[in-house]
Amino acid sequence: MINSTLEFTGFFHKKYSNFVSYFSLKEANQLLLAENARLRSHQPASFLISTNKIITVNDTTYRQRYEYVDANVVNNSVNKVSNFITLDKGSNFGIKNDMAVISSSGIVGIVKEVSPNFALVISVLNKDSKISAKQKKTNQVGTLVWEENDYRYATLKDIPLHISVNVGDTIATSGFSGIFPEGLPIGIVADYNSNKGINFYTIKVKLLNDFNNLSHVYIVKNLMKEEQTNLEEKVSNDK
Amino acid sequence: MINKIIRNIILFIVLVLFQEMVLNQLQFSVYFNPTIYVFFILILPFETPNWLLLVLAFVLGMSVDIFSNTLGLTILASVFIAFCRPGILSIISPRQEYEPGLQPTIRDLGFGWFLTYAGVLIFIHHTLLFFLEAFTFDHFAFTISKVLVSSLASLAFCVVLQFLVFKPKK
Repeated sequence: MINSTLEFTGFFHKKYSNFVSYFSLKEANQLLLAENARLRSHQPASFLISTNKIITVNDTTYRQRYEYVDANVVNNSVNKVSNFITLDKGSNFGIKNDMAVISSSGIVGIVKEVSPNFALVISVLNKDSKISAKQKKTNQVGTLVWEENDYRYATLKDIPLHISVNVGDTIATSGFSGIFPEGLPIGIVADYNSNKGINFYTIKVKLLNDFNNLSHVYIVKNLMKEEQTNLEEKVSNDK
Repeated sequence: MINKIIRNIILFIVLVLFQEMVLNQLQFSVYFNPTIYVFFILILPFETPNWLLLVLAFVLGMSVDIFSNTLGLTILASVFIAFCRPGILSIISPRQEYEPGLQPTIRDLGFGWFLTYAGVLIFIHHTLLFFLEAFTFDHFAFTISKVLVSSLASLAFCVVLQFLVFKPKK
C-alpha cells in the first residue's frame, strides 16, 4: 500500500520540487562548492611530501565498502513530530531499505520504504529515529534521538556521567549498526545536563545539517552490511 | 444537484492539493500546522446523510494521509469530527430546525454562528491530530499550544475560503 502510494505522491512532490528548487539553487551550489573544496584538499595531489628520507610503502589492498548515490529531495518537513523525506531515486537505482542518507554537511536519515522511482526516508527529526552516535573525543557511544521539537537540535542519550563532556564537542556516527559509515559528523554539543537518579547525561546536540534547507543528498550503500548482519544474527540465533 | 456534486468533488481535490502543495510546504514554525481540508466536512449541506458524511471524511482523511505518510492519523481525526458534526449542529442550532436548502455557511447563518460551529469542530480535530501524533502527554504545554495556534490559523483560512467559495447573495 505505502509502496504504490509512494509512486503516486512522489509524482506530485517531484513536480513541485522541480518548480521550487530554483529558488535555493544558489545556496545549494555554495554547499556543493564547499564540499568539492574539502574533497579536493584530501586528494593525494594536494599533499606535499614533507620529507624525502622516509619512504612509505603502502601495500594494503583496498576493497570498496561504501558506495554513494546522489539524490534530490522532493519532499521534506520539519514541523511535525514524525518527519519524513522523499527522495527521487528508488529501487531502479538499487536503493534498499535501511540505507543511510547523508548530505554534504551531516546525516539526514535512514531509508524506510522504496518504490521503483522514489525512496521514503525517516528523517533524524522523527520521534522514531534512533541513531548510534559517539563523542568523537572519547569514542563513547550513545543514542541520538529527537525530542526537542526544534529542527536545529537533537538529543544524545546514554553517555555515562564519568565521561567529561564540554560544550563544543563533536558528535559523530559510530558506524556500529552498519548503516552509517563511521565518523561522519552529526553535530556539536550545545548544552548538557545530568539528571539526578540517572547515570547518563542528556546532551543537546546542535545539528550541522540545516534540515529546513535540504536539496541534494547522498544515499550510502554499505556493500558489506549483509555480511555483518548475517554474522551477528548467527550468534544471536545460537543462544 | 449534479452541479453541486461536481462542485464538491472539485473542492475536495483542490483542498487536498492545496493542503499538501502549499500549507505543508510552508514550514513556517512548529506551532503553525493549519489544516484546510476540514473545510470540506464543515460546509457539506445539512441534508447530507450521516453515513455519507463518515464515508467522505474517511476518503478525505486517507487522501491527506497518503501525501503526508501518516496513514490512519488524519482519517481518525476527520472521521471523528464528521461523527461529531450532527451533534454540534443540533446543539448550536439558531432555531429549532435548519431550513431545507441552507448550507452551514456565513452567508446563510451568519458570522457568529459559523465561528462557533467551525471553531469547535476545528479545535476537536487538531486536539486529536496533534495528541495522537505525539502519542504522549509528556510535552503537554507544547502540544496544546500547537493545537491552539494551528486551530486559529485553520479557522482564519476557513473564514477566508467561505467568501471565495460562496458568492454573497444579492
